[in-house]
Order: sequence, then structure tokens, then C-alpha cells
Amino acid sequence: MISWRSTWAIYTRELMRFLRTAFQSVLAPVLTTSLYFIVFGAAIGGRMPDLGGVDYGAFIIPGLLMLTLLGETTSNSSFGIYMPRFTGTIYELLSAPVGVAETLIGFVGAAMTKSLILATIILVTARLFVDYSIAHPLLAVFYIMLVAAAFSLFGFILGIWADNFEKLGIIPLLFLTPLTFLGGTFYSIDMLPKPWDTIALANPIVYLVSGLRWTFYGSSDVNIWISFAITLGFLAICVAVIAYIFRTGWRLRA
Amino acid sequence: MDSILELSGLSKVYPGGLKALDNVDLAIRKGEIFALLGPNGAGKTTLIGAVCGLVRASSGTIRAFGHDLQNDWRKARSRIGLVPQELSTDMFEPVHRAVSYSRGLFGLAPDKKRIEEILRSLSLWEKRDERIMALSGGMKRRVLIAKALAHEPDLLFLDEPTAGVDVELRKGMWAIIDEMRSRGVTIILTTHYIEEAEMMADRVGIINRGKLLMVDEKDAMMARLGRTEAHIWLAEPLPVLPPEIARFPVELEQGGRSICYRGGDGTGKGKAEVAELTKALIRAGIDYTGIDTRESSLEDIFVSLLGDEEVAA
Ligand SMILES: Nc1ncnc2c1ncn2[C@@H]1O[C@H](COP(=O)(O)OP(=O)(O)O)[C@@H](O)[C@H]1O
Ligand SMILES: [Mg+2]
Repeated sequence: MISWRSTWAIYTRELMRFLRTAFQSVLAPVLTTSLYFIVFGAAIGGRMPDLGGVDYGAFIIPGLLMLTLLGETTSNSSFGIYMPRFTGTIYELLSAPVGVAETLIGFVGAAMTKSLILATIILVTARLFVDYSIAHPLLAVFYIMLVAAAFSLFGFILGIWADNFEKLGIIPLLFLTPLTFLGGTFYSIDMLPKPWDTIALANPIVYLVSGLRWTFYGSSDVNIWISFAITLGFLAICVAVIAYIFRTGWRLRA
Repeated sequence: MDSILELSGLSKVYPGGLKALDNVDLAIRKGEIFALLGPNGAGKTTLIGAVCGLVRASSGTIRAFGHDLQNDWRKARSRIGLVPQELSTDMFEPVHRAVSYSRGLFGLAPDKKRIEEILRSLSLWEKRDERIMALSGGMKRRVLIAKALAHEPDLLFLDEPTAGVDVELRKGMWAIIDEMRSRGVTIILTTHYIEEAEMMADRVGIINRGKLLMVDEKDAMMARLGRTEAHIWLAEPLPVLPPEIARFPVELEQGGRSICYRGGDGTGKGKAEVAELTKALIRAGIDYTGIDTRESSLEDIFVSLLGDEEVAA
């Protein structure tokens, strides 16, 4: 039996933590998105052909959104669990009558909310640079929340696994950022020369970017259902890992 | 059912092999203040952690409010409060929000009046909008207490509530603990200050190296192990004690220049006997120049218990 009051307490507190640094949380995505648009949209984009019938400036929006979303969601939720472990405040969560359900719904719910706030900010900023319209807005919202859920869980695992600050930063730095850059944010996979277009398909981020792009423009590099399936699969793996962590108390209980 | 908490055969071996709890049996009575007394590293925090879900016990069982903590942890934990040893709390949060959060986290509906009551009773009401990092150490500790009380627990753990706190604040803390007791909260506090256990506790448990060496009523423990020690300085050295003095538990010391008395039981019997002894000295015509009497404290009991254990080990 799940306690919704406890869940709500965790959810609101996580959001509060996000809003406390609201200025930073808002300014950073606005700034990065603007920079990308200035460099790729305006400077380079003018010389790029349309991709799949979409203007290059508009083409990169879903990728940019994904870039910010993955980074912010992962770091936000990994810090959200790492810091309490580091400072000792996690004692309260551990001693409370809450289990994995309350904790996850609270944390993940907050991450989804944050992701929607972020996405809105980025899309509004993008609008200042290019004209675009979204083909499947509801699906886009759903997909953004799904990805936010998956990567907040991923961040959660990272924050439990890390026992120092370096480890906390290393996974995003070594894997997430490069894979996202290579994940088709700035180009379409079929623009790549021969073996690379196939190799690129081994990069899971390709499916995420492609999936989101499909909800935006109705066309994409890979089938939308494969994108959904991969996102859901990743989500399921993360849930299983976290359930295991809570059951065994790994890195949480001495 | 009078026991609110029962530990049986509780052991904890940390990875690395350190045995922090060694087959601990303990029953806590409803409404009492129980002081868990032991030196640093004795296993006090580990014991609390095992009950509160911070530490996984290696073996043994814990029952709280009749619930087995292994299976029924939700029901049990919702009635247990914990004030940790370290001052760990989100420093950026305002006081009232931190306390309201704790209430919500434990599944209770918001209750502004109750929160206000708690904050007032801990003299935190004026500080309710301040960020916790702006508070003094003593105030921070009180915020942790307020957070632990926010869900109205029936059983409260205070892990070294007065460690590193100055004398004034320590007295304030004792008053707070007293107040909680009067509201019917059962309290388990750990301390390595003997004075604190002596002042506050109904019962005392002595723990060292993970073993619970002794659990008893504080007064009974004092009576059983307490002693009065008196030194009486004589005007003239005595070569040997006359029989009417020798019937007391006394001996000559310092070459006959003083008499040492050791006796009584910690309930004041010793003091009375010393008074008898002085009268007997006067009747025997033995003059004295000074008397020094001392009741042994829990500290002496503690030292002698630990000493015995050292010898046994
Ligand atoms: N997480 C841990 N891992 C390994 N050893 C620990 C851990 N926590 C405590 N210990 C050890 O267990 C023993 C008991 O510690 P603790 O319960 O904190 O004692 P106390 O609270 O009485 O000072 C100490 O020797 C301590 O070093
Ligand atoms: Mg301790």
C-alpha cells in the first residue's frame, strides 16, 4: 500500500529544490539553445539543404531539446540522490515509512515536471530563431516525459553508485555527451558515409533523438515504434536495477 | 504489552568484519527514558540505525509496537522518530518547510497548528522563515528534533543530543527531553556523558564493543554498584584501629594519619554510616581535622565495568 502523502512530500520537495536554483535552471538552457541556434541554425544552417522536407534550423530543435533534457535530467536526479547520501540527510528518507514506490514516483514525477518546464523554455527560445510547428504535440509531451522518466531513473542509479564527485560526473562526460552529439542532433543518419550509418545505429541516443523528431515532424531516421520500444526497455531496466538496490540496500543502508 | 521495542539476538557485522553489535537483547518500556551509555565506537549509533532502517542487521529480530520490523516496517517506522548524531539537514531550506516536509514524508496530513506548537516548544517559531544554515549549532539540533517530532512519534531516538553542546544548551536540551517525556513519548538516548544518563534516565544500558553489558533501573544500578568513599584525617597518627572503629568497613592509610571508609550502596546508606563512624571516633577520643566524602557516580560504575571486561577479554 503506497502512501500518496509521502509521495507528494518527496515530489514537492524535489521541485522546490529545482526552483530554488530557478534562475540557473532557466538561464542555462536558454543560453545554450541560443548559442546552438546562432552557430548551427543561422551560421551553418543557411547553407544546409532541407532534411526530409524540414528546414535545417527546425530539424535540429528536437535534437537540441534531447541534448539538454538528457544532460539536465541525469545530472539533476543524480545530484538529488547523491547529495543526501553525501551530507547524511538521506537518514530521513531511509527511516521514513516509505518504500521504493513512493521514492521513485516522487523523484521521477518531479523529473518529468522539470523536463516539461525545460522543454517549454527551450521551445520558446527556439521560436525566436526559427519558425516551426509540431506535428504530434501530445505525443511529443508524452515522449519527453517518458525520456525524462528513464533518464531520471538512470541518474538515480548513478547517484547511488557514485561514491565521489568524480564518478558522479564521469558517466555523463564520457558517455552521455558524446553519444548525444553523435546521436543525430545535427545531421540525419543517412547523411553519414557507408559503414558509419550502420555503426551509428548502435548508439541508443539515435533512437531517442529520432523518436522525438518524429513527434515533431512526422518523419525520422528510425521507426518510431523502435524508438518507443527502446525507451521503454531502458526505463524497465532502470526500474529493475533500482528495485534491486532498494531491496538489498546497496550503498544506501550500511 | 508493556514493551514498546524488543531486540533479541541482534548482531551487526560490518563489511570488513567489525562486529558492531554482538547478540544484543533489550526491551524498552512504554514511557520511559532509556539511556544507552558507552564510549565512542561502542555500537550505540549502529543499534539505533538497525531499528530505524539505516543499518541492516546481520542477525536477530527487532519488534516495535508488536510489529516485526522485517515485515511490518511501515507500520512500525511511522511511529518512530530519529534525531541523528550528525547535524545533517538541507541547509538551504527554511525551518518551517523542513519540518512540514518531515511530517508529509511520514504520511501525515499537513497540520499548521501542530507544526507551530512544535516550533514554539523548541523556541524555533521566531526562526521559522530562516534558512537552516543561518542558525547556530544548537538551533540546528533543535530543527532536527522538530523534524523528528513532526510526525508525532511514540518512540524517539536521540543520538548524542548534547554532544559538543555547551552547558547552558545542554540544560535546555534536558528540559526539552523532560517535556517530551511528560507528553508520553518513550525516549531512547545515547550519550557518553555519564552525568546525562544520571540526570535524565529511568533506566540505563551500558554498551561496549557491541555488547550490552548491563541494563538496569538507574537507581538500582547505583544501589547495587554505588559506594561511598570517605577519608578522615586524624589529628594524631594511629598505629592500630581500636575495635569499636574496626567494626566499620575502614582501614588506616598514609601511615595511620587518615582513615579510609568504603561502604554503603549508593542509596545514602554509606553517608549515614560515615556519620556513625565520626560519632564513634569522638566517643573513642580520637580527634580528626578533616572529612572528605564522595559518592561514586555512574562513571565509576562504568569504569569498573569496562575494566572487568578488559580483564575478561
Ligand atoms: N558504516 C560502517 N562501516 C564499517 N564500520 C562501521 C560503520 N559504522 C560504524 N562502524 C564501526 O562500528 C563501530 C560502532 O560504531 P557506532 O555504532 O557509530 O558507535 P557509537 O555510536 O557508540 O560511537 C565502530 O568501531 C565504528 O568504527
Ligand atoms: Mg554514535
